[in-house]
Amino acid sequence: MHEGSSALALVLGGDAALYAIVALSLVVSVSATLLAAVVGLPLGALLALVRFPGRTFIVVIVNAFMGLPPVVVGLAVYLLLSRSGPLGTLGLLFTPKAMVIAQALLVMPILAALTRQTIEDLWAEYRDELTAMRIGPLARVMTLLWDARFSLTTTMLAGFGRAAAEVGTVMIVGGNIDGFTRTMTTAIALETSKGDLPLALGLGLILISLIVLVNAAAWGVRRAGEIRAG
Amino acid sequence: MRPPVSDLPLVFEDVSALVRDVTLVNGISLQVDAGAPTVLVGPNGAGKSTLIRLAMGLVAPTSGRITWGGRAETDGQRRAMVFQRPVMLRRSVAGNIGYALHAAGIARAARRERVADLLAQAGLAHLTARPARRLSGGEQQRLALARALARDPEVLFLDEPTASLDPAATKAVEDILRAIAQSGVKLVMATHDLGQARRLAGEIVFMLRGSVGEQSGAERFFTAPATPEGAAFIRGDLVI
Repeated sequence: MHEGSSALALVLGGDAALYAIVALSLVVSVSATLLAAVVGLPLGALLALVRFPGRTFIVVIVNAFMGLPPVVVGLAVYLLLSRSGPLGTLGLLFTPKAMVIAQALLVMPILAALTRQTIEDLWAEYRDELTAMRIGPLARVMTLLWDARFSLTTTMLAGFGRAAAEVGTVMIVGGNIDGFTRTMTTAIALETSKGDLPLALGLGLILISLIVLVNAAAWGVRRAGEIRAG
Repeated sequence: MRPPVSDLPLVFEDVSALVRDVTLVNGISLQVDAGAPTVLVGPNGAGKSTLIRLAMGLVAPTSGRITWGGRAETDGQRRAMVFQRPVMLRRSVAGNIGYALHAAGIARAARRERVADLLAQAGLAHLTARPARRLSGGEQQRLALARALARDPEVLFLDEPTASLDPAATKAVEDILRAIAQSGVKLVMATHDLGQARRLAGEIVFMLRGSVGEQSGAERFFTAPATPEGAAFIRGDLVI
């Protein structure tokens, strides 16, 4: 009970350190989701629309990677970015950029797999009309992505949720450095282990509130769009 | 300005189509010329829809040859099709037409006026901003017609365009089809509705079991069919 009221005081009191952690978490997760979307959405559309040798194998792999263990992704990115790794010279390890890369790798298969399913279903519906209209391959992809925009909003949210709630990956590649790479989830893990429950609880409250708020806003946008576009 | 090269006559030369080992049409030879509407009639499974889908390139022939104005390959830009259950894009009524105009290569500046013309022709001018998927079945079919006309087609294929509509909506669609035919667009339509065939057809192609049973002027087909199966079909007998 005491921890709860202390947590609320921290949140409502506008604690600067706490809100710096919140801001960094948001920047990292939103950036990672957008970066993953740049690759995941076109990849999903490609897998939905183009038949090529090895496509089924890639679809299975992408689907399987939706359940990638975050710590394994963290380890792989750590090895890539570590001083002795192939990308070590970039000096990205233990920076927010490394966290963005790791989270993007985690989120990308989710976006690709869900996009593939959405676009494949829509293509089954649109195939005859678009073929009869002589719509070319690139225009088809753009049309399907646009017409599936409301479903893809939900897909993006699923990706953002995965990124925002993730702890293992950012802990490994970010290092949980105070004031530099500490996010809400890594801070919650650390503060809980230290016994500082009010801060952990406060961050937990903010994290859940943010996810609910983002989802509510996206739901509102989707609903308004559906009413307008049918 | 040089007139565009015509896609007519449309000629099927001994065309067959198999899909998953099922023969849909079998050795069809047929010529469709410019002029009054050609209506494909016949029982379910006769191959009417397949013939249209072959012409539009939605089904590939297994054997035989299809030519357009004597050419085997054309860009197909002046052909359009309306389906029995048209799919409305997730846009407004005007957005659906605008999309088709853009696909047909119409410049943005000319689109607004053309959208208005086409919607007026389809009797949908009062529904411009409404989401297309919220229209009634008859309105959707009229929008599909307007969308097809956005391509300025020389040939318009229609696959049972009024099969899902009530009589009032059917009449509205037929009125538009008559106006389209009078403007010089060649209509090629599949229907199971003999009344509709009588009302609209200049020429009848009677199909049976994936083949052409007979092809003749509409009046002649309905008064003196050349085949016993055609006569039975007109009488309303079961033709298998």
